[in-house]
Order: sequence, then C-alpha cells, then structure tokens
Amino acid sequence: MATAPQMVTANRLSDGAVVYYTEAKGWSENFVDGAVWPDKDSADGALVASEDAVKARLVVGPYLFDVALTEAGPKPIGARERIRADHKPTFEPDQGSWTGPIAD
Amino acid sequence: MYRYDEFDATIVQERVQQFRGQVARRVAGELTEDQFRPLRLKNGLYLQLHAYMLRIAVPYGLLSSKQMRKLAYIARRYDRGFGHFTTRQNIQFNWPQLPDVPDILQHLADVEMHAIQTSGNCIRNVTSDQFAGVAADEIEDPRIWAEIVRQWSTFHPEFSYLPRKFKIAVTGAPDDRAAIRVHDIGIRIVKNEAGEVGFEVWVGGGLGRTPIVGVVCRKFLPKEHLLSYLEAILRVYNLLGRRDNIYKARIKILVQATGGDKFAAMVEEEWEKIKNGPLHLPQAEVERIHRYFAPPAYETLPDMDPAFETAKLENPEFARWARTNLVKHKVRGYAIVNVSLKPDGGAPGDASADQMDLLADLADEFSLNEVRVTHHQNIVFPNVRKRDVYALWQRLRPAKLATSNLGFISDIIACPGLDYCNLANARSIPVAQRLSRHFSDPRKLDDIGELRLNISGCINACGHHHVGHIGILGVDKQGQEFYQVTVGGSSKDDASLGKIVGAAFSEDDIVPAIDTIINIYLANRAGKGERFLDYVRRVGVDPFKEALYGPATARRPAAE
Amino acid sequence: MALLQHGALQPNNWRFVGDDAAIPAEEPVTVSLKRWQAEGETLRGRNTPIGVRLKNDEQALALGEDVHRLSLIEVEFPKFTDGRAFSQARILRDKLGYQGELRGIGNILRDQYLYMTRCGIDSVELPEGKPIDGYLAALKEFSAWYQPASDGRVTVLELRHPAKASTRRSGATFISESVAAHSA
Repeated sequence: MATAPQMVTANRLSDGAVVYYTEAKGWSENFVDGAVWPDKDSADGALVASEDAVKARLVVGPYLFDVALTEAGPKPIGARERIRADHKPTFEPDQGSWTGPIAD
Repeated sequence: MYRYDEFDATIVQERVQQFRGQVARRVAGELTEDQFRPLRLKNGLYLQLHAYMLRIAVPYGLLSSKQMRKLAYIARRYDRGFGHFTTRQNIQFNWPQLPDVPDILQHLADVEMHAIQTSGNCIRNVTSDQFAGVAADEIEDPRIWAEIVRQWSTFHPEFSYLPRKFKIAVTGAPDDRAAIRVHDIGIRIVKNEAGEVGFEVWVGGGLGRTPIVGVVCRKFLPKEHLLSYLEAILRVYNLLGRRDNIYKARIKILVQATGGDKFAAMVEEEWEKIKNGPLHLPQAEVERIHRYFAPPAYETLPDMDPAFETAKLENPEFARWARTNLVKHKVRGYAIVNVSLKPDGGAPGDASADQMDLLADLADEFSLNEVRVTHHQNIVFPNVRKRDVYALWQRLRPAKLATSNLGFISDIIACPGLDYCNLANARSIPVAQRLSRHFSDPRKLDDIGELRLNISGCINACGHHHVGHIGILGVDKQGQEFYQVTVGGSSKDDASLGKIVGAAFSEDDIVPAIDTIINIYLANRAGKGERFLDYVRRVGVDPFKEALYGPATARRPAAE
Repeated sequence: MALLQHGALQPNNWRFVGDDAAIPAEEPVTVSLKRWQAEGETLRGRNTPIGVRLKNDEQALALGEDVHRLSLIEVEFPKFTDGRAFSQARILRDKLGYQGELRGIGNILRDQYLYMTRCGIDSVELPEGKPIDGYLAALKEFSAWYQPASDGRVTVLELRHPAKASTRRSGATFISESVAAHSA
C-alpha cells in the first residue's frame, strides 16, 4: 500500500529546537532542507539511520511525519507539523506573550 | 510566608547539585533519554513542541516580591522575556536550554524556589485558595497545611514512582476556591459538631480523559493525623493503582473501580497501622509553621476610605475595575486586589519580565511584599489598603494589567495548547485571543455576568475545560483543529462536569458558536439574576443544540 | 548478576528456583510467594537459608509472621518507573518487622538507589560489570530527609524538635547496616 511521502524530524537535545533529517544525514532547522522519503522502505531506513544522532546525543525522539508535495515544494501536513516548522507560536508576538517594553 | 530553615535550604540545594550531575550524565551519554526523562520531569523540565519547557513551583501560589523579581530575571536571561502562570498556580518558561537549567535552578534556590516535582509520576505542587489568610470567609489558613504537605511529599522515597501524577489541593473556606473536588486528594478545613477544626478529605477527583468529581474519603480527620492519613492513601494507590495503561492510572480510576466506601475502608485499615507512628504531627511543628503565616501588623483603618470613594466617583473606569476586581478583605480598610492577566487579545496567564518586575515593585509598595498566583492564571495583591487602591490601579493600567474582567467571559483560562505543547491537538491561545477581543465591551461583560470559560488544547484538560461554565476542548480531525464545546461545569462546592453540546466546530466557527450560546442565554434567562451556569442547569443543553445545529429533525448525527 | 551490599560488590550466593524446579538442599534459594505458601511447612525445616521473591503485584502482608523465618526477601522493580516495591519494602520492614536481607532486583537505576535504602532495601542486584561508584555517590546526594521512612535516618522534623525524638520513633525503627554505613 502506498504511503504519503515522509520526512524525519526530531528535537535537538541541547535546546529542544525542531530539526529535520537531511539527505546528507545531517540535521537542519529548516523544513526545506529536510529529505523527503517517497516510500515506506526508504522512510523506515531513514528513521533507523537517524538513531545515530540519538546515540551521539544530538537529537531526541526522531519520528516520521507525512508531507504533501506541492508546486511550491514539500509542505508539512497538519497543524502540529506546520507549527513546528515555524519554530514559534502562531499568534502575534505583540499581543499576549509580551516581549515589548511597557507602554507609557 | 514560609521561610526556609537550614534544612529546607540544604535539601533544595542538594537537589540542584543532583540535577546538575544528571544533566552532565545525559549530555555525556551515560543516561539515555528514556532514563533521563523521568529524572528531568521530576525537576519540571518538559520537552515540548519547539523547545524545552520549565515548570517552576509556586507552593500554594505564594510569591514574595523578591521571588517575582527573580522570575523576571530568569525570563530575561534564560528565556524570551516572559512567563506563563498556570492552572496549578505555577509558572512556566517556554524556551530554556538544557545546559542552562541547572543554573536556573540555582538562581531559584537562591530565593527559596525550585522546580521539584512539578512533573512526573509523583506528588505535585500542593495548591490552595488564592485568598488564603485574607479571605473574609476563611475558617483557618490552609497554607499552613499546604506547607506541611509540601514538605512531607518532597522526595518521599516511597511515592516517587507512582502509577501516575498526584495532585493535592487544600481549602480553608466554605467557598472552595481551590477546586478540591477535582483533585486526587482534596483537603477541606472544617469544624465538627464539637467545634474542633479538622479536615474533610476528598479523594479520586480529576479531569483529563475521564473527568470525575471526587468522593469524601473521611468526613473528619483530626489535624495531627493529616500526614499519616495521606500516607495511607498514597500507599494504597501506589500498590493498587493500574500500571498497565497510562490513561487508567490515576487514583480516580482506582476509587471508581473499588467503590468509594471500600476504598475508604482500605485506607482506614492501612491508616490504623501507622497513625500513631512517626508521622503523627507534633504540635511544635504545626506551631512553628503557623508562625510564618501569622497575619501581618495591619493598621487600624476605617472600613470606608474617603479617597477611595472619591476616586471611584470621579473615574468611572477605575470604579468599574474596583467593582469587578476587588474582593472583600477580612480586615477593615483593606482590599484583596485581583490583577487580570487576560487583556483583550492577550495570551491568558502570560506576563512579560517587565510586568513581573512591576508587579514586584507594586507588591513592595502596596501589598506587604507579597502576591499570589491563582489557578485561574491571574495575580492577587492580598493586602492593599483601600486608600492605596487607586494609586495601584494607576500604575497597573499603562502596563496592561488593569483589565476589569475578573470572573467574566473574557477572563479566559487556557492551556498553552498546540502553539507550545507536545500533547495538544489544537491551539488554544488564538481562540482565547479572538474570544476576548469579541467580548471586550465592558457593558457586554456586565450583561453576561459571571461566566468561567476554559479552553484545553487536548483531552489532558490542563485548561480545566470540564469545570468551565463553558468549556472548549481542542480536538484533531484529520490534522485539522476542531473545537468541542461543553456547558455547565463548575469547580466549586457545587462541582459538576460540563456536558457536550454537540459536534465540534472548526477554527472559523468556534467564536460564532460561543456567541450563539451567549445569545441564547441572554435571550432566555430568567432575568439578570440567573447566572449562565444556573441557566444551563435549569434548561440543559437542548436550547443550545437547537440554536447551534438546527432543530432535532433536521440535524445531522453528531460526528462525536 | 552482581550484588551491591554494604557499599561494595559482593558475591551472590543465592539462586531463584522456579515453581516446578527441584530445590537444592545445600544452596540458599529463593522461591515464589506461591511456592512458599504451598510448601512452607517443608521449606521451613531447611538448614540452608531460604528466601522469597515477591512479585510486585503480590501482597507483602501475605507473608505475615513467616518473615521471621526468611533470610532473604527479594522485591522487584520490573521497570524503573514501577514503584510498587518501595511500598512492599516498607510494609515488610515497618509492619511485619522483617529483619533479614531485603534485596531489590530488576531495573535498578542509580537515581532510585537512595530511595530504596530509605525504604529498607539493603542490597540490590546489578548487571555484571556495572560500575558501582554512581550508586555509592547517589547515597550521598542528600543529607536531610523530611519524612520518616524505614531506614531510621533522622528526619528534619526530629532535628527541628529534638526533645520529641525518642517518643516519635515508635513506628519504624529499622536501620540496615549498609544504610548506617553510608548515611551522610
């Protein structure tokens, strides 16, 4: 049975940042650098290979997630992975999670 | 407030050292993530969606100005300049880095704070009434007992690997502001017929996947037996709580499966064996802790302050805020001031480092160096002289800390949701933002009246949606965020769980749906005196179902 | 498997014998609770030491007075997250007054070792070759204890209110040698 194309993602051990497994067996924060695995076998293989980075204490908890292949390139499917790819919450930073100075 | 003696300080300090060692072993590869996870969780460190999250304990919600300043420092130095106050009176930071955490814990230890047991399958932060010690209706100050339980539960060698997390709350007033009926153990200070003060002990309440209101395990427990009785409950739970399924592992499941009476009998049997042992609380220790919570030297003031009254007459905005956000203090001439961390369009419960520093300064100037964190994610200045209230408000206002919405629909309680949390199915903060903007008109807030609206981003219910008068639960439908609505929950003495109104709403439809619900209430309530909660209890969900989904015959079957 | 006891690695002379296997006459052995309950009469008569291996979903109280006939009781930590044996240990020490060796077996994380000793466990089985420095260091990580347990360590309460110390310890008084040797 065909499965959706997938990518491997994990969190960096040091700061918890979202990272994606690349073709070159490295890890990038940028979703666009993530290698897309077109079928189950290659995806499973990539997941196994990513364990090296776990043993090397670079990342924790790698897993596979589905991506959609669009004209503009691969895109994460689902709210969770879209938010992770952005590396930040979705709401405007000037409302709520205040970082600005107090107005006078 | 409680101050550490040499023993408390030593224990916290040794914990910091221990965690420093554990982080070093993790980084060096001597601990796998599976081994490290329970250890870091017991120090409040989660791995979330984009980053780590550190949950710092604020025991029973009490913070000194010095501690608040330290939180501001940590927010600036180690995080992104803000923190989030939680539904268990704690504070969370969303962006700490693993190698910094031992240093953060050291900074906390320097001001008698810690992140001990704020996560993990152990006994968590003991929460209490945010008005403890100053509420007019209080029988006795619950914080003394919360502190005693805190110490007993800290690094308890027998109860650090429980089937699941364990949450205890203590209340000292007839009006339960600590939600004890939805805690694993809820402790209520009561008087028996002989006029003696003791505890009514509730057990097996909880929210999450299987929300349940607790049962009374013991109607009256003499004070000196508090710890031995808790130990008996915990031992029964540790031995018999399910370990095969994390969704069935809380004590509430065990109590339901065993039956409340039988469970209470098992606890009683265990307790009989240990009640006169070393857990028997010596009066000397109770008195020692009691002294830390002795009331401050209040001034003798008249009940009415002319300056306060004049300010209200002259400034309608201030008058409104004084009406909505002030609570009666037990001492004449003083007020309990509630600071809303729910500005229109804000992320509920968040405060910037600047705001924290300001709150600390204001606490020093106006509230005897002390603030409280509420489990509705707001802040309290517990001891403000009425004559200072106006000056305080004038300082809060430019910092967006003077929203007059306490207890109204825009005083939203929301978990961080999918914007931050690994467990979430949907985002909660953007929904809260849109709702609070939609319901920002003060006249509308007044018209709607008392309404608790809670949002949880997933079934773990950290937003306590089950006990909201209106609850919103984020669910995932094929990768899309949907929102299920419940009505009629309450966390107080009349504790009840909300009922689902029907199929979940999309991100676009949720605010109009809430609007519809409010309009049904406004149009059909039995006068302004009938609160939303009372209206729901009277009419049930059908009027809302009809308005939201159409008449019964035309309705599609609900997807849930 | 190696044995950590009295602050050092000791030879482990004990062997667990399954329910259907023959029990050697001359070796110290542990048997299951079920077997002890079925064959206790015979086993009690042995000259060589006998012990029981408790599963962590079994009732420690079921041993009752028999604890005084046993030289070893093993309590199990099948996964390090499963903390039932901590309570079993305390029941054996405090309620039944067990004075023999109490051994933790299974998945013993060094970060739990201190709690195990506090609950009255005085030896643990470790994988062969596992270095013990971490375990010994773990015992020294804390020097003050809030709550009374089964190790007799002085609690913060007792230090705060010394006059009451002697009357308060009526319930739990077991102190194992290895714990006494390693208390800070």
